[in-house]
Amino acid sequence: MSTEKNELKGVTGWIDKRLPVFTFINHNLRDYPTPKNLSYFWNFGSLAGVTLVIMIVTGILLAMQYTANADLAFDSVERIMRDVNNGWLLRYIHMNGASMFFIVVYIHIFRGLYYGSFKAPREILWILGVLILLLMMATAFMGYVLPWGQMSFWGATVITNLFSAFPVIGDYIVTFLWGGFSVDNPTLTRFFVLHYLMPFLIVGVVALHIVALHQFGSNNPLGIDVKSEGDTIPFHPYYTVKDYFGLGVFLIIFFGLVFFAPNFLGHPDNYIPADPLVTPAHIVPEWYFLPFYAILRAVPDKLMGVILMFAAVMVLFVLPWLDTHKTRSAQFRPYYKQFFWLFFIDCLILGWVGSMPAEGIYVLISRIATGYYFLFFLVILPILSRYENTRTIPTSIAASVLSDKFVNEKTSTENI
Amino acid sequence: MDKKSLNDKLVESDKTQKVDSERRDFLFMTTTGLALAGGAMAAWSMIDTMNPAKDVLALSSTEVDLSPIESGQSLTVMWRGKPIFIRHRTKDEIKQARNVLVDDLTHKSLDEERVKKPEWLVVVGVCTHLGCVPLGQKVGDEKGEFGGWFCPCHGSHYDTSGRIRKGPAPLNLDVPPYEFVSDEIIKIG
Repeated sequence: MSTEKNELKGVTGWIDKRLPVFTFINHNLRDYPTPKNLSYFWNFGSLAGVTLVIMIVTGILLAMQYTANADLAFDSVERIMRDVNNGWLLRYIHMNGASMFFIVVYIHIFRGLYYGSFKAPREILWILGVLILLLMMATAFMGYVLPWGQMSFWGATVITNLFSAFPVIGDYIVTFLWGGFSVDNPTLTRFFVLHYLMPFLIVGVVALHIVALHQFGSNNPLGIDVKSEGDTIPFHPYYTVKDYFGLGVFLIIFFGLVFFAPNFLGHPDNYIPADPLVTPAHIVPEWYFLPFYAILRAVPDKLMGVILMFAAVMVLFVLPWLDTHKTRSAQFRPYYKQFFWLFFIDCLILGWVGSMPAEGIYVLISRIATGYYFLFFLVILPILSRYENTRTIPTSIAASVLSDKFVNEKTSTENI
Repeated sequence: MDKKSLNDKLVESDKTQKVDSERRDFLFMTTTGLALAGGAMAAWSMIDTMNPAKDVLALSSTEVDLSPIESGQSLTVMWRGKPIFIRHRTKDEIKQARNVLVDDLTHKSLDEERVKKPEWLVVVGVCTHLGCVPLGQKVGDEKGEFGGWFCPCHGSHYDTSGRIRKGPAPLNLDVPPYEFVSDEIIKIG
């Protein structure tokens, strides 16, 4: 068990002395002291990591079959579905994997928001996380263009046209992005290259994310610092087994989608080959972009809509300086907790109106929801940071666990 | 903070709590076993995507009309992305191929075993050394010392039966599976 007693011997020891990989694994995946009170919400980091690997593996295999050419792309995807051995499985895993990746990452982000994981000393950890989210969004968007169906084509057209909102340089930017005067073959080939490249950038930022995480260790549901070794347990076997179990549940849901409802989250129009002359009646982005899409459409001005949409993500970068309240966990912040849940519901509403046509009552709802989105970050959080009183915080993680146990025992005896 | 002592404490507490180690081992083995089996199956289904796809396999046979090939002429056709050499052999060439002691050959094989009709030789036109396409199909090509084919890459000489006679190639030119559909049409594959 211990590194001193278990002095690495033989070949392992020889390698480790020269390249300390085994020591590294031991420190980061085995002995790594982890707060003993982590809930299942702490599974989502490792789940995101596993999903990233699944996406990269299936993506590389898909790229071996795919043809990045405007005339051939759609047919090459159909060939993957019909002719390539298990090609349907490969593509459905990759397609639904993107959705699962966003589900996992969004839960991961809300977890961080609720338990104050973005606060000192984890600001850079958080910023790296937001950077990963941005890279994921770009990657997902470009990946969706590759099958060259109607939604691919018109999604690419609409999203790249966002940049035309900028005065003076807007049109030049769009022409530059397209490599021409419309979304066409040059756009497809560069999107393919970037879609292949960016996941590896994500891997790089994930590595930094983990380095930053292991500097201070995981936050925990109480949001208080680890004070003694009594507050922690080693990562292995306690959290490896917990992550492993969570992974099992996650894979059941993931592959439930892949095998039983592979197109549930997609849009049927994307099985129509791209036609530059006909726009589908109702264009919607993939579900994971809907809240941002709703913010874009909520604003009647083109430029302001684009700015607000980007701001909705960018605001996360400065979150550690908007919410400066000393207490991390929402458990001990009665007001923050309520505003947080309201914000969570607000995001769901934004996602819902994003999928609805931009008319009538939906416009009003999207405006109110957009208003609260920014109100939460820019007004409510700074105010709460100054004035909110917290409930009594346990002195340590161990103390909290012990008192819980004590309370439970007491109540159980009372029941008898 | 000393991580070792933490681990040791946990080991101790395991001991004091009378862990059912047999049960624990059983769970560990079954979990690992299932994970490995599942992982292997998943890995295979992914790796299998790199094997020939159905549209590739669908191109695995090709029909050739032999009637335009005069005696002494050759034709190269494509089968599975490889050149197939078809030679309408002259009487002389057949005689040359059959007047050889099998024991003298590197890769022992009778000409009779390599053809379905003596005047028609059908072989895969890929040198068995390192995969180049030998010369000898076109008029004016160097045909090597044995009147068959000559591989320019590393100097392998093949005779009029496509057998290796000199040079580094270890085997005779491969005879693909084929049959005569009619007198003058063959189906390769």
